[in-house]
Amino acid sequence: MITSIKRIVRSGFVGFWRNAFVSLAAIFVLTVTLTVVGGMIFIDQLLTASLSQIQSKVDINVYMVPGAEEAPIMDLKSSLESLPDVAEVTYTSSDEALAQFRARHQNDELTLQALDELGDNPLGASLEIRAKDTSQYESIANFLEAQRGAESPDSPLIDRINFSQNRDAINKLTNIIDTVERTSYITMIVLVVASILIAFNTIRLTIYTSREEISVMRLVGASNMFIRGPFVLQGVMYGVIAGVVTLLILYPVALWLGPGTEAFFSFNIFNYFVNHFGYLFAILVGSGIILGTVSSTLAIARYLRV
Amino acid sequence: MIYFDKVSKVYNGGKSVALHEVTFQVAPNEFVSIVGHSGAGKTTLLKMLIAEDRPSSGQVFFESLDIHSLSRSSLPRFRRKIGTVFQDFKLLPNKTAWENIAFAMEANGRSDEEIGENVPQALELVDLGDKAWNFPHELSGGEKQRVAIARAIVNQPDIIIADEPTGNLDPIATYEVVQILKKINDLGTTVIMTTHNKGVIDALGRRVITMDEGRIVRDDAEGKYVL
Repeated sequence: MITSIKRIVRSGFVGFWRNAFVSLAAIFVLTVTLTVVGGMIFIDQLLTASLSQIQSKVDINVYMVPGAEEAPIMDLKSSLESLPDVAEVTYTSSDEALAQFRARHQNDELTLQALDELGDNPLGASLEIRAKDTSQYESIANFLEAQRGAESPDSPLIDRINFSQNRDAINKLTNIIDTVERTSYITMIVLVVASILIAFNTIRLTIYTSREEISVMRLVGASNMFIRGPFVLQGVMYGVIAGVVTLLILYPVALWLGPGTEAFFSFNIFNYFVNHFGYLFAILVGSGIILGTVSSTLAIARYLRV
Repeated sequence: MIYFDKVSKVYNGGKSVALHEVTFQVAPNEFVSIVGHSGAGKTTLLKMLIAEDRPSSGQVFFESLDIHSLSRSSLPRFRRKIGTVFQDFKLLPNKTAWENIAFAMEANGRSDEEIGENVPQALELVDLGDKAWNFPHELSGGEKQRVAIARAIVNQPDIIIADEPTGNLDPIATYEVVQILKKINDLGTTVIMTTHNKGVIDALGRRVITMDEGRIVRDDAEGKYVL
């Protein structure tokens, strides 16, 4: 058993070197496939990063009536936080709102003067609500409208909810995000499937060139394991080498694209490459090995039938 | 030792008949030549024997074993009892003469010591001791066929099957190959050979089976080439 494993390994390596050109072709095609896979991972990351960035900019603001008590606002805040769709609620008191307003208009003497004329604070407190998903703003807004409807008319709390103004923009954004995600997944699947088929076919061709050899092996009474072993091993070697080559190709690409993606998506692809190197290595080399092994096993099966 | 019992083989759903109820026996240590025109069914007959093809009807026995009842996984073990030699040599192009012969032993699960001992003996028997490290494309046709014979005998099989072993060879190489086959037969191995070569058959003076259109038409103990 051990001698025969040793022989399979040796004959796999020898076959790899003596058919250097065929091996090179198979590695090349596998590398292209894995580069497509790696590129897809990058694109997916960029897309996710930019989408979550856009999503984080969407929110609902609830403005309170100026001079409202803080206690009922905090009650509203905690009842909002208990909703399953709500990710985060930020409270801004009327003093903070005033300070922010002053900071925003610090170069605008006229506005500041007008504010000073008023004497007391004209701004109300506000709650900024962020949902877990953009599609959930509708239900949060409905909840707030119901709250407003339930208030007693002589001591109102909620002044304005800015969702209805933003509703069209939010809905449109939700649609765009959905469409972009769906299209990119479909494109990815099509590209990956196409390159897997090409890689599979190339490995089939490399085994096709050895079909005479396989029939000879059968004639001298080699067991199927003994025939298949070296070819499967070569498939594994193609996969490992192609995976490593792909990482070597992606490194300078990520390095080159890094600053650009930082500026445009505020997501640095090179940092991602470095921080997730282990993950990328496992995915690329792993899928290389799986592709190589499965392709050679399937391709050789038809020559082992009697 | 080998017994064909009414073996028939039809292709294309009965349209072309390769073998028609062929029945014959081969005794141990015989040297049998099978002659016939192209398409007479010689090669099909040999394929039945090494289980590369199944008969449409009838049975092929090796000793008391029905070859075609063997499972796919036990076929390799059976094939190791038979050495095969072909017109087109069927050597592994990426392996040297030595490795080609050693491969048959490796496939058999022999130890490295046995391989180191038996391969030179086999090469010596076919007079190729000096070409051990040449690749097949560096050898002449006669030399390639001798490597193939060395590969066939290295596992000490019970039978050697040679399918037109001299078909691609010049007269001198043909003579050498036939002499080697004869020597192997003299050492106690059964040989079954198909051929077109009248000179070979007439010089051998051994049993000759003549085939035509899938049937055995003559079977002579000390035959001549009659067609």
